[in-house]
Amino acid sequence: MRDADGAERALLAFLESNAEISNSEAFARDLGVDHELLAGTIKSLHGFGFIEAKDVRRESWELTEEGLVYSRNGSPEVQVFDAVPAGGISREDLQRKLDDSVFSIGFRKAMSNKWLETKPLVSRKVLKVEDVVKQQLLDVKDGKNLSAADIDALKKRKLIVPKVWKAYSITKGANYAPTRTKAATEVTREMLLKETWSEVAFKPYNFQALGQPTEGGHLHPLLKVRTKFRQIFLEMGFEEMPTNNFVESSFWNFDALFQPQQHPARDSHDTFFLKSPCKTQTFPEDYLERVKTIHEQGGFGSIGYMYDWKREEAEKNVLRTHTTAVSSRMLYKLAQDGFVPKRYFSIDRVFRNEAVDRTHLAEFHQIEGLICDKGLTLGDLIGVLNDFFSRLGMKKLRFKPAYNPYTEPSMEIFRQVYPLYGSYHEQLNKWVEVGNSGMFRPEMLLPMGLPDDVSVIAWGLSLERPTMILYGIDNIRDLFGHKVDLKLIKSNPICRLGM
Amino acid sequence: MPTVSVARELLHTMLGRVYTQEEFDELCFVIGIELDDVTTEKAIIRKEKHLQENEADEDEEVIYKIEVPANRYDLLCPEGICRQLRIFLRVEKMPTYRLSRLPDSSILKMIVKPETAVIRPFVVCAILRGITFDQARYASFIDLQDRLHQNICRKRTLVAIGTHDLDTLQGPFTYEALPPSEIKFIPLKQAQEFTAKELMEFYKSDLKLKKFLHIIEDSPVFPVIYDSNRTVLSLPPIINGAHSAISLNTKNVLIECTATDLTKAKIVLNTMVAMFSGYCDEKFEVEPVDVVDPVGRVTRYPDLSLRTMDVDLSYIKKSVGVPLQAGEIVDLLSKMQLTSKEIDGDKIQVSIPPTRSDILHPCDVMEDVAVAYGFNNIPKTRPKTSTEGRQQPLNEFSDLLRLELAMAGFSEVLNWVLVSKKENFTLLNRKDDDKIAAIVSNPRSSDFEVLRTSLLPGILKVMEHSKDVPRPVKVFEISDVVLLDPSKDVGAANSRHLAALYCSTTSGFEIIHGLLDRIMNVLNVPVDGYTVGPSNEPELFKGRQAKIFYKGSCVGSFGIIHPQVLKNFDIPDPCSYIEMEIERFL
Repeated sequence: MRDADGAERALLAFLESNAEISNSEAFARDLGVDHELLAGTIKSLHGFGFIEAKDVRRESWELTEEGLVYSRNGSPEVQVFDAVPAGGISREDLQRKLDDSVFSIGFRKAMSNKWLETKPLVSRKVLKVEDVVKQQLLDVKDGKNLSAADIDALKKRKLIVPKVWKAYSITKGANYAPTRTKAATEVTREMLLKETWSEVAFKPYNFQALGQPTEGGHLHPLLKVRTKFRQIFLEMGFEEMPTNNFVESSFWNFDALFQPQQHPARDSHDTFFLKSPCKTQTFPEDYLERVKTIHEQGGFGSIGYMYDWKREEAEKNVLRTHTTAVSSRMLYKLAQDGFVPKRYFSIDRVFRNEAVDRTHLAEFHQIEGLICDKGLTLGDLIGVLNDFFSRLGMKKLRFKPAYNPYTEPSMEIFRQVYPLYGSYHEQLNKWVEVGNSGMFRPEMLLPMGLPDDVSVIAWGLSLERPTMILYGIDNIRDLFGHKVDLKLIKSNPICRLGM
Repeated sequence: MPTVSVARELLHTMLGRVYTQEEFDELCFVIGIELDDVTTEKAIIRKEKHLQENEADEDEEVIYKIEVPANRYDLLCPEGICRQLRIFLRVEKMPTYRLSRLPDSSILKMIVKPETAVIRPFVVCAILRGITFDQARYASFIDLQDRLHQNICRKRTLVAIGTHDLDTLQGPFTYEALPPSEIKFIPLKQAQEFTAKELMEFYKSDLKLKKFLHIIEDSPVFPVIYDSNRTVLSLPPIINGAHSAISLNTKNVLIECTATDLTKAKIVLNTMVAMFSGYCDEKFEVEPVDVVDPVGRVTRYPDLSLRTMDVDLSYIKKSVGVPLQAGEIVDLLSKMQLTSKEIDGDKIQVSIPPTRSDILHPCDVMEDVAVAYGFNNIPKTRPKTSTEGRQQPLNEFSDLLRLELAMAGFSEVLNWVLVSKKENFTLLNRKDDDKIAAIVSNPRSSDFEVLRTSLLPGILKVMEHSKDVPRPVKVFEISDVVLLDPSKDVGAANSRHLAALYCSTTSGFEIIHGLLDRIMNVLNVPVDGYTVGPSNEPELFKGRQAKIFYKGSCVGSFGIIHPQVLKNFDIPDPCSYIEMEIERFL
């Protein structure tokens, strides 16, 4: 038996001197290989264009179980004939000598062939018979052709059944060669070592398919955007504030910012209060007194809010509602350490006791920047906001007067919608709010002990909103929290903010 | 921010010209109010009744919904918005609000009884004589009270307003505090008499009023105002009496504001009279009421006097960043309802009308100059400050580790700090011993009950939602958890943690173990610089978990997640997990 390589060589060699192989099955038989094996070789050669193979459907005959037995042992009628001795035999004795089925079929057949007679002993009527059926069965087995009448007779006796063969007719293909070298898919170390790479034919690469996905991990898109914002601040000379304190006292979160104790933001509908640890006990007492005074009676040129300020309210712990709570601690510290000009920034979580929906979460990230120096103007704030936002691709800003308890003036920042800044669902030439800004009130800064000619300009925005626009996400829960789709994390572009 | 509905027609009439929507939008932008929505009366009704949005009739009156700043109470009604716009556009001059000149003897009195001190100690009053209401004015009068109640009055806790037809009453009035069973009257919109006690029960089913019951409910005495005939004017802050109810035909209105905060009561009263004295026969004239306190001191309300504030011109110029002349500043301020004059020493003296209670400090005057000048006309400058950029070391360190984790094949997740108690404890086979976790007292839902003490609940929730993601799944998070810490002023502190989870058809413990080795490697901790030791964490599988020790103390643990915990989070596949504190490696 030849193997597949041998069959391939023989096939190609045959076609070198012959125009066609009309029937691959016969060819396989001549070659002495299994047709299934040859079929594999044919498909492969066809695929590479060495040969042109066409399907040939052909009906042939196959012996049944019964036919197979007769082809070995002879037909039952001959077996019965042979079992009859020259002097005859009783029917009962004859039956005992043979298998039941052989006797019943063979006896009937031998009788109808007029080979035997019963008078009453069974005896031969002719001297010799030839086992034609056995020979026909052997011929079918060998694939020889029989006459239609013979086939019909065998078929009727259920000794043969039809079998459909799938074979091929083969001619030379466009890339025909007497021998083939297998096309390579990879450049291998062996090719380099043996320097066979120049002789090897390479299988054409399928550029229509995607390549293999990369391995490795991925960073979260929200934090990729955070990284870029951090970079922008750092490039602009801002120093990061330590914001790793989510639990904050109302004092630093509200009172220090001159936010009156009856302000709606301090309502339980807006702010998370803590059961444990429920309150803060230590404050810088002299500063706390100054804060109390500015709320109750004013001072530093202010009339104050004129109400009874309660320490218990200031002691209540909250989850910070803004990172400005950290700014107030930092500015107080700056006043104690001795004023020097500062630019501060932070990007971290803040908490609001709001109903969660497509655009609101109970926690989100606030981006905050502030500059603390002598002689800062509103023009400086506008200038610095233009510098900052133009790095985000927002070249044109407008400012709208707004109200905020701890800044005066307060300005809402609006940008014109540009196609570049991911305005996928927004109308062009529309003004959209992108953040808030202002100058901290003297009632906030002066009780801290900062010199009275020091001003602080500050602004804030959320991290989630620009990220959602940049990455085309319309439900904040798809971005932040456990309902995130891991596919989103694995498949998102680099953040080019600030480039 | 509060929203006020103003008819477009009225605006155009008041402003003396027709504005396109864009023009009006722009005007709002410049002075810091916002055209929030454009609708019609019928559309609002349709919306309230949840009717289909039919085609609007051509003749429907268009209504502008305008958002106003939360500290400008004078803009809470169409009258105030129109007045501010007219003054800003120089269509109208600043009105002078004044008290009517009456002999002291003709001034009505409100006598305050000492018992009120325990429940609602303050009352201020004023009278609008000869007022002319029409449908729109009357509706506006009611709406303004509602908006004041919602905003500065903090849902009537600080101040409650009552308005009465003075002609049905007989002064002097008394402000008292009596046991609820002793107060008996027919309340507004009812036909029968109730005691105050019965009323509290009756209003428990009233959608609007039940929200206010808590303000006095538990007090042994309720505040109440009577006239000299013992007619009940009101049971503040709940309801007025039916007897003195105002109508479209009322000519003389008594306004009383009871309060726990006198400053706010005065602001509320001033706002009411300033807005509606414009409809009185004597325009902008208000009749005062003398309030006699329990020790006999008499205070005359409302106080419509102008407050004065001296402001340095140089302060304004330096803060705005524009070299304005004194005359320009005076002119700009007049657009913002502030009259001012130049005085000696490079100063102006600003007169603040009763409508501008938001002016607390010269910075508020400075802002009005900037607004009137136009924020967008101020030239851009750059702060001269030169400073050095600097990162928080912990954040820089965390970012470097995040990159290493991602390079090690793990993908980053970002979960909420707020979780439920169940997720933080029970589902992790843990018990809350009240010693480690910070607890929220007023969560809107159980999802926000507690601040996570480990990153595990969030990461397991990610896995719960990632059942269809092809295995293996490798995720990490570097974020803060919060732990009680008595050494901190607030009693709690953040701690930065690193956590990573591997999930596949097999637990892959050695992969997480390998990650620990890798983390230590990048932290430059040599192999003999850390050890692992036996642990018995309830969220991890027995015998397949270990504690991580560094410099003699435990910095975290790693192991196979306990099958019961996986079941609790409905995670079908085994997971291995590591969590450690990282601040010690900084």
